[in-house]
Amino acid sequence: MTEQVPLRLREDEACMEPAVTLEAFGGQTNAVAVRIEPGEDTRELLPHLDRLRRIDIAFPAFTDGRGYSAARILREAGFTGELRAVGDVLVDQIAYMRRCGFDAFDPDASLDPDDVEAALNRFPQVYQSAADARTPIWSLRHQ
Amino acid sequence: MYAYDQYDQAMVDARVAEFRDQCERRLAGKLSEDQFKPLRLMNGLYLQLHAYMLRVAIPYGTLNGGQMCVLADIAEKYDRGYGHFTTRQNIQYNWIKLEDAADILADLAKVEMHAIQTSGNCIRNISSDHFAGAAADEVADPRPYAELLRQWSSFHPEFSYLPRKFKICVIASENDRAAMRLHDIGIRIVERDGELGAQFYVGGGMGRTPMIAPLIRDFVPLDQLVTYSEACLRVYNRYGRRDNKYKARIKILVHELGAEEYTRQVEEEFAHLLDQGVEPPLAELERIKGYFRDPDMPDAGQEADRSDPDFAVWLDHNTHAHKMPGYVSAIVSLKPVGGIPGDATAAQMRVLADLAERYSFDELRIMHTQNVVLPHVRKADLYALWQALNEAGMGTPNADLMGDIIACPGLDYCSLANARSIPIAQRISQRFAANGKEAALGELKLKISGCINACGHHHAGHIGILGVDRKGTENYQLLLGGSEAEDTSLAKITGPGFDELGIVDAVETAADVYLRERTEGERFLDTYRRIGMAPFKEALYD
Amino acid sequence: MKLITGNDLKTGAVTWWTGDGWSIHIEDAADAGDEAEAIATREEAARRVNVPYVIEAEAGPDGAPRPAHIKERVRALGPTVRVDLTLKPDDPTAAQKVI
Repeated sequence: MTEQVPLRLREDEACMEPAVTLEAFGGQTNAVAVRIEPGEDTRELLPHLDRLRRIDIAFPAFTDGRGYSAARILREAGFTGELRAVGDVLVDQIAYMRRCGFDAFDPDASLDPDDVEAALNRFPQVYQSAADARTPIWSLRHQ
Repeated sequence: MYAYDQYDQAMVDARVAEFRDQCERRLAGKLSEDQFKPLRLMNGLYLQLHAYMLRVAIPYGTLNGGQMCVLADIAEKYDRGYGHFTTRQNIQYNWIKLEDAADILADLAKVEMHAIQTSGNCIRNISSDHFAGAAADEVADPRPYAELLRQWSSFHPEFSYLPRKFKICVIASENDRAAMRLHDIGIRIVERDGELGAQFYVGGGMGRTPMIAPLIRDFVPLDQLVTYSEACLRVYNRYGRRDNKYKARIKILVHELGAEEYTRQVEEEFAHLLDQGVEPPLAELERIKGYFRDPDMPDAGQEADRSDPDFAVWLDHNTHAHKMPGYVSAIVSLKPVGGIPGDATAAQMRVLADLAERYSFDELRIMHTQNVVLPHVRKADLYALWQALNEAGMGTPNADLMGDIIACPGLDYCSLANARSIPIAQRISQRFAANGKEAALGELKLKISGCINACGHHHAGHIGILGVDRKGTENYQLLLGGSEAEDTSLAKITGPGFDELGIVDAVETAADVYLRERTEGERFLDTYRRIGMAPFKEALYD
Repeated sequence: MKLITGNDLKTGAVTWWTGDGWSIHIEDAADAGDEAEAIATREEAARRVNVPYVIEAEAGPDGAPRPAHIKERVRALGPTVRVDLTLKPDDPTAAQKVI
């Protein structure tokens, strides 16, 4: 039986290695996946991004938004591996998550595919420059 | 004023569709209340004491007559014929049905309005000076900067699940008419060596732990405004406390870290973000500024005729100096004697819309004092304007006087309140109208909150009243010495609280101490600052 | 006695548990006794009420239950400053009675 991430917006093959904690990562030089909890400083990972294939960012509660900053910081530092949102991940937050750089979602409760489709395509444009490739409205206005 | 282009309209329309879908999923049981609550709050929808309440955004308090008419239509079509203007320059409807909410947002979207981020733990509607663009003492109109930040903060992917709500205010005058330093971020546009830039004050607020924001950067260049804001927010989103709702506002973070350490972290994040391309080009700011050009205001060279003494009283209290000769800004009082502060009927809203079209270049402002401003009125038109306002019950000449009370909805409407605010405001305004002391007292800002969350700004009142629950009965604490103006200060509690009638007497006692002790030209606040709390305590409790 | 109050999910109206359903009139409210929390949980799950909670009340002078706390007495009536919008628009003493 192959494990599958419920929602993945990447073309490459999923890295299914178990993620180690940030604390354990320091001592395990062969780990390729790590898991960040909301209170942890993502920037501790920045010197090691080139050997990481996947970073899981935990959302113990969907109302805790620290993971959004964590994701953007990783993308701003050039991380191109898989960024997976894990935990209390709901359909009404995934569009913002994607804008912050998440490209895989492993929610506690499965998401309705139609709702996912609607959520990801809801807004025709964006007001801000973020971690995705979308052109902000202020840029479209002055092209 | 700002007008949507195709992009703004498409975004707001998409938001309506999104919320319609979310409401349907809630009604169908696909979303639990816990999952739905943050979503409805970010669309302005609360579940209050008696019903759902909808808070509609009025960005930086500016709207036109057509928009005011739609606010009136909504009051009649979906509510009970009235609305309540708030200290955040917004309007609230008290009797909304969940099944109507998306339709209301659709009606609003047709006139370029919305309820986006008027609640929730996100960046809220941005407030500003109600005389912006009209006052003689500004270095610039602050509203284009507020609009730039409105667009940046709308649907912000990183900052929509903050530790707590986040309020930003933008002004451009040394005179603070917007309680700027009592916001999470207070921005003052300033001029240095001929260049405009922004002062950033961060970590102010009222609520249960009132704090005055410290200055963390004296000059942010205009082409780094968004980047600097983003840095302030990122530090807060990462390190603001999430273990205790009551310690989650940015003021606690700034206080616990110290302003210096918070600033250091912001500057470090800012240096990093400068390379990330988050800043719109200056051309975008220029585009927005184009919408805020002054209307063509030829000087009619006429002063108002003061021969009607009642009109002269209104002129003296309810008009504010305009930068253009021959014009003033007129303050429309929503504080009739014995009335509910900030409430307006649909009929009154339509009158306001009509008067704005006739006399104020189709523009209105909502004040944080829960009144309305007609920003650009020819002096020659003031008498006709005043007569029309009087006819509609909005000509009370009491701006900044005792009767101009800020009051939160309190226990009559709010599920968080401990005590009623409105009846106290009604009793006090009636008392001072009857005893004739209002005029003698002059400028006196009275602010009433029905609980510690301080929506009625009691910390910033020259006289403040805080309603508390004392063993199941309403009790009211008296505070003195607050100010939300440029001389920002936090009011102090006088001592033990009073009951509903006792607090009205206590306010009169405090007013009498002032009348007895004042020296020439002193306001209540000045006398309090000179003589201190002791004489007031003595009169109140001995 | 123990009452259950909440809001109607669709309309937001304040409602009271009557023993076999929900009413906007507190006069219809029934003592839910020890089962109150269980009833509240069950009814919320079925979306017949939103955000229900249990309160203490006693029999009032007119026979209708009188909540122990002023907040629920205001909830049961409506805003005391707009009696015209309450459930008792024709009773000029209605506001006084809830205080």
